[in-house]
Amino acid sequence: MSIWEYANPLKFMGWTAPLVPVLWVLSGIALTVGLIWGFFLTPDDYRMGATVKIIYIHVPSAMMAINAWVMMLVTSLIWLIRRHHVSALAAKAAAPVGMIMTVVALISGAIWGQPMWGTWWAWDPRLTSFLILFLFYLGYMAMWAAIDDPDTAADLTSVLCLVGSVFAVLSRYAVNFWNQGLHQGASLSLDSEENVHDVFWLPLLVVLAGFVLLFLALVLVRTRTEIRARRLHAIALRERMG
Amino acid sequence: MIRLLIRDLALAVRAGGGFGLGLAFFLIVIVLVPFGVGPETVLLARIAPGILWIGALLACLLSLDRIFQLDFEDGSLDLLATAPIPMEGVVAVKALAHWLTTGLPLVMAAPFLGVMLNLPGPGYAWLVLSLVLGTPALSMIGAFGAALTVGLKRGGLLLSLLVLPLYVPTLIYGTEVARRGAEGLAVATPLALLAGITLAAVALLPFAAAAALRVNLR
Amino acid sequence: MPDLGKYAAEVLSAYGLTLVLVAGLILATWARSRRVRRALERAEARRADG
Repeated sequence: MSIWEYANPLKFMGWTAPLVPVLWVLSGIALTVGLIWGFFLTPDDYRMGATVKIIYIHVPSAMMAINAWVMMLVTSLIWLIRRHHVSALAAKAAAPVGMIMTVVALISGAIWGQPMWGTWWAWDPRLTSFLILFLFYLGYMAMWAAIDDPDTAADLTSVLCLVGSVFAVLSRYAVNFWNQGLHQGASLSLDSEENVHDVFWLPLLVVLAGFVLLFLALVLVRTRTEIRARRLHAIALRERMG
Repeated sequence: MIRLLIRDLALAVRAGGGFGLGLAFFLIVIVLVPFGVGPETVLLARIAPGILWIGALLACLLSLDRIFQLDFEDGSLDLLATAPIPMEGVVAVKALAHWLTTGLPLVMAAPFLGVMLNLPGPGYAWLVLSLVLGTPALSMIGAFGAALTVGLKRGGLLLSLLVLPLYVPTLIYGTEVARRGAEGLAVATPLALLAGITLAAVALLPFAAAAALRVNLR
Repeated sequence: MPDLGKYAAEVLSAYGLTLVLVAGLILATWARSRRVRRALERAEARRADG
């Protein structure tokens, strides 16, 4: 039995049904523990004061915003190559989640930037890249919404996602070239000297796990909804034809 | 394929092709800018490269939906799809025709509009060069966007939403060339990157656009 | 409640807005899931009758 069997819509509905509540509960636990730990039990940073607590929503949401796009890229490729409907629907399901994550990252960043840099918004490379990512999400979702035929929509959005990914990376470097930024370096890279301190790092990891689980739960529920919506569409068509 | 190019050019130049529309739009945008930001020549000189680039970009956007829409409506796109030339070639030729009828006039008009915005002397050559290198990418990316949205009823608005974020790298490097040129700085790096993006777009996007067209013609 | 010092407004508003957005997303996901599931159940029932 190959791994692709799990992508059969009926099978997919079967094996994801018991998984959804588990994911909800786990993500709820991880988010509660991580956020309480981060919010109540960590000290203030000596430079940033209490604003450092924003890191527990800013960094995970930013990472999920990018991961969601990567997931859409992978599922789009699977759709284009193997034509598994579930894959295309999963990409569609992930887009709004990724967009909300992008907005959360932008808003929490803006609120953090106000006391630290003295401005809500700077045309800093990282901020600008995220704004562009947000525009890509908008375009992708608008494309899905604009096309009636589900297979055509899946094909066209997949092509858009592939091309968009290339241009997103290009834009990222172009924006870097265009303006040197205020933003801190990566918070979570393993080899960096300038890593955030352990006190902040451990709760951050827990929150991050919570965000990943929340993302999975949301995407699974949304994918299941899309599968049902498709079946509903098919039944409606058949009824109309009599 | 050459005959297709000639046909497209003839259609564009003939009445109703919207040939001069892009140019007129470019002119109006540039005229409006001083009203918006005030007539100080120093300020205008500083922002001239960016404004000219954005004006050219928007003027280019204006005519994108015509690349495939008319041919799609009257069925000649179906004929082209069954013709013994590859779809990728059709896309490339149509993008080229779009560039010749929209991009090239914009490039030629840009220096005159630069005078109105008080663009500094050394900037003209670089502005024209950056536009010559950058506008083909705008046409090609636009053709991709037009291929995606060709079957849609209200494709125009969606087309702008899809295409404008894709224009970001071209715009950044293009204005950087023009700005640095105007200020007398070294321009080699952005120039090379701009050319790289254009070449990559021209080389790869016809395949993506052709794939999108095939889906839309299915 | 930890002492947030002079940054209380920033930190709390960041958490609050995030909560609103994520809760909205979850609610929208749940509402649409429920609506589509109900509609599908009705459609399947119709099909079984007819």
